[in-house]
Amino acid sequence: MSIELGHFALILAFAIAAAQALVGLVYWRSGAVSTYVQQAAVLQFLLVAAAFAALIQAFVTSDFSLALAYENSHSLMPMLFKVTSVWGNHEGSVLLWILILTAFGASVAAFGRRLPADLQTLVLAVQGLIGAAFMGYAIFTSSPFTRMFPAPVEGRDLNPVLQDFGLAVHPPLLYTGYVGFSVCFSFAIAALISGRIDAAWARWVRPWALASWLFLTLGIAMGSYWAYYELGWGGWWFWDPVENASFMPWLAGTALLHSALVMEKRNALKIWTVFLSIITFSLSLLGTFLVRSGVLTSVHAFASDPTRGLVILSILAAFIGGAFALFAFRANSLRAGGLFAPISREGALILNNLFLATATVAVLVGTLYPLILEALTGTAISVGAPFFNLTFGALMVPLLVILPFGPFLAWKRGDLIAATQRLAGALVLALVLAVVYFAATGFHVSLAPFGLLLGSWVILGALAELVDRSRLGRIPFSESIRRLKGLPRTAWSTAIAHMGLGITVLGIVSSTAWQGETITTLSPGEGADVAGYSVHYDNVETLAGPNYTADANHFTITAPDGTTRTATAQHRVYEASKMPTTESAITTYGFSQLYISIGELGSDGRLVVRLWYKPFVTLIWMGALFMAAAGGLSLTDRRLRVGAPRRVARLKAEAAE
Amino acid sequence: MTRKQKKLTVILGLLAVVALAVALILSALRNEIVFFYTPSEMAAQHVAVGQAVRIGGLVGSGSCKKQGEKLDFIVGDGKADIKVSYTGIVPDLFREGQGVVAEGSLLPDGTFKATTILAKHDENYMPKNVVDKLKENGEWERAPTAAAPGEVNPCR
Repeated sequence: MSIELGHFALILAFAIAAAQALVGLVYWRSGAVSTYVQQAAVLQFLLVAAAFAALIQAFVTSDFSLALAYENSHSLMPMLFKVTSVWGNHEGSVLLWILILTAFGASVAAFGRRLPADLQTLVLAVQGLIGAAFMGYAIFTSSPFTRMFPAPVEGRDLNPVLQDFGLAVHPPLLYTGYVGFSVCFSFAIAALISGRIDAAWARWVRPWALASWLFLTLGIAMGSYWAYYELGWGGWWFWDPVENASFMPWLAGTALLHSALVMEKRNALKIWTVFLSIITFSLSLLGTFLVRSGVLTSVHAFASDPTRGLVILSILAAFIGGAFALFAFRANSLRAGGLFAPISREGALILNNLFLATATVAVLVGTLYPLILEALTGTAISVGAPFFNLTFGALMVPLLVILPFGPFLAWKRGDLIAATQRLAGALVLALVLAVVYFAATGFHVSLAPFGLLLGSWVILGALAELVDRSRLGRIPFSESIRRLKGLPRTAWSTAIAHMGLGITVLGIVSSTAWQGETITTLSPGEGADVAGYSVHYDNVETLAGPNYTADANHFTITAPDGTTRTATAQHRVYEASKMPTTESAITTYGFSQLYISIGELGSDGRLVVRLWYKPFVTLIWMGALFMAAAGGLSLTDRRLRVGAPRRVARLKAEAAE
Repeated sequence: MTRKQKKLTVILGLLAVVALAVALILSALRNEIVFFYTPSEMAAQHVAVGQAVRIGGLVGSGSCKKQGEKLDFIVGDGKADIKVSYTGIVPDLFREGQGVVAEGSLLPDGTFKATTILAKHDENYMPKNVVDKLKENGEWERAPTAAAPGEVNPCR
């Protein structure tokens, strides 16, 4: 019964979303509909939440009369996976997408009370339009509520690769990031329709962009770590189309954060910021299409029905096409704003945007080229890491070089010489580090010292800004600490985010350049060495998991300092599907990891093992955590929460209480 | 310089960067892409020794020879076969008679040295481009896609 109620709730939400869009778009000028549109947005969210809850209930209680539960769940699965398998499939993940979309719509209705009524109505109308399109898609082409009669006794189990904690966090985080940018998109469309756009607009958009970016950062980092430990290839990023699909909105979203800053502070780059808002969400939609339509050949395969892809493609074309038509038609009506010298904070941020935008294009070309070429000529190709490392890598170098200068340049007109002087310490230190490393490795020419230089330059440059602003060393220490505490949170978050990027760069460089690798076969009792660590293969033991049986291969690792630790790599066979999976053994030493990947046991009783020593590999994801934390910190900045300039007085009064 | 000239210089500078980036992308598209061939196409195309390509087809039944961490097998599409050698760990779903994609390059003796082996997570999954090519060759109906595990040699 609850399934049908859920289905009905979704249909109702669809109708409400359509009405919300229609009423909002037609009557946005009149204040009369604003309450209605707000309530519609909240109601829509509650209904979709009810629909989603109905699905969760069916999965949790193993109600296999629900076709989706039959196909993707099993009564023996642990409770966590029963819940996560709701979105470990096409239909359920589309509903999760919609749930998050409506949650954002409801948040705009709830937290956007300081917005001008007409702007809020327009934003919610566009949100309603997106919601209606995707709910229609869910209801008519991929309904998660189909029943089966007679009900099967047992389900077919979730794909074992997805029976992992990663599924609990990665898709929700990623989707929150993707879908959050819909709010920026709606703001952009609203600005284009109303023709009103100013610094205040950027101030309203930035928190949404920041929150989405934060979740997308976490989602991508989590997905990367999941692929790293689950696939057993020792790699953390494969430039796979599915990965690129999530990376492109991140790049564009990062550019958007920076350009919105210019617009907020200097009322410049207005057209570009609106353009980026549209592009970022368009890339999110493209990502959804690429992943959900099954047009891709990916290592993270989600085979899917191509007719559905066509529907998503139509939605994609309608929204992107419509937005760009509106943009072309209305962008001229947006007046260009503040003037500035090339050497200035604005100038640095424009360069940031230039490199991020061209890098996005490089990734986009590399991702779509195989699809387009195959469609046009029938030639099957793949564009892999060499293409992306060359193009994306080359574009990131100038970005990293100029990055530390940005915060040291004043708005409007900056002094490059003064900025360089204040960065001299950081530059010298980074150079010394790189040269010492270069000398220590016997002047072996490789990209490693260069990468080391770039990464430490970015980290030290970010630290230099904090040192400079606290006047550390030039005034009494306690006074400096007081100054540091008094710095605006946005200053801190800038420094932390930039440091995070540098940390990720260092992790990439060190884990690639100093990696140790050994491939061999072992029988129990034998051992192998990698990078000073010796790995001893102890024994195999049969284990019974909740819904699988496993051969657990136990290893003892002796570190260079003589300490020993044990690790276990498993071969699992899942009961229901009889599908095998392999779980690698990863042991963390400080920031480094020892990675043991195993093959199937040979008929000769020997096990193929592949050992990696990955120095400082965890810095890659730690850097991402820094970036996300910086985003969170920036969100708590009081100044960001100021709704509109005319409300500042009231906020100040509130703060004084 | 007047203000107008200054602005022009900046815009030209930005355009120059964009032009450089486009040139970089285009040259990388020419040199860094990897073509996908079936074994019969591989024979017809005269792929140069050492050039990175992807091949796709079915792992020949009974062709798997494993020695330690080294593995030799044959990838075929019904018309031609290629001998493939690989060192390392093959995916869980790598089976004789099943679809496979291997990335690597030809050795002078005509053996394909694979650096990466891809098989899909899903039991019944065949890489889409392999399916297309096999259908073209009329080999698809013969392909034992739904063989139960245990019945085929997992190549140990």
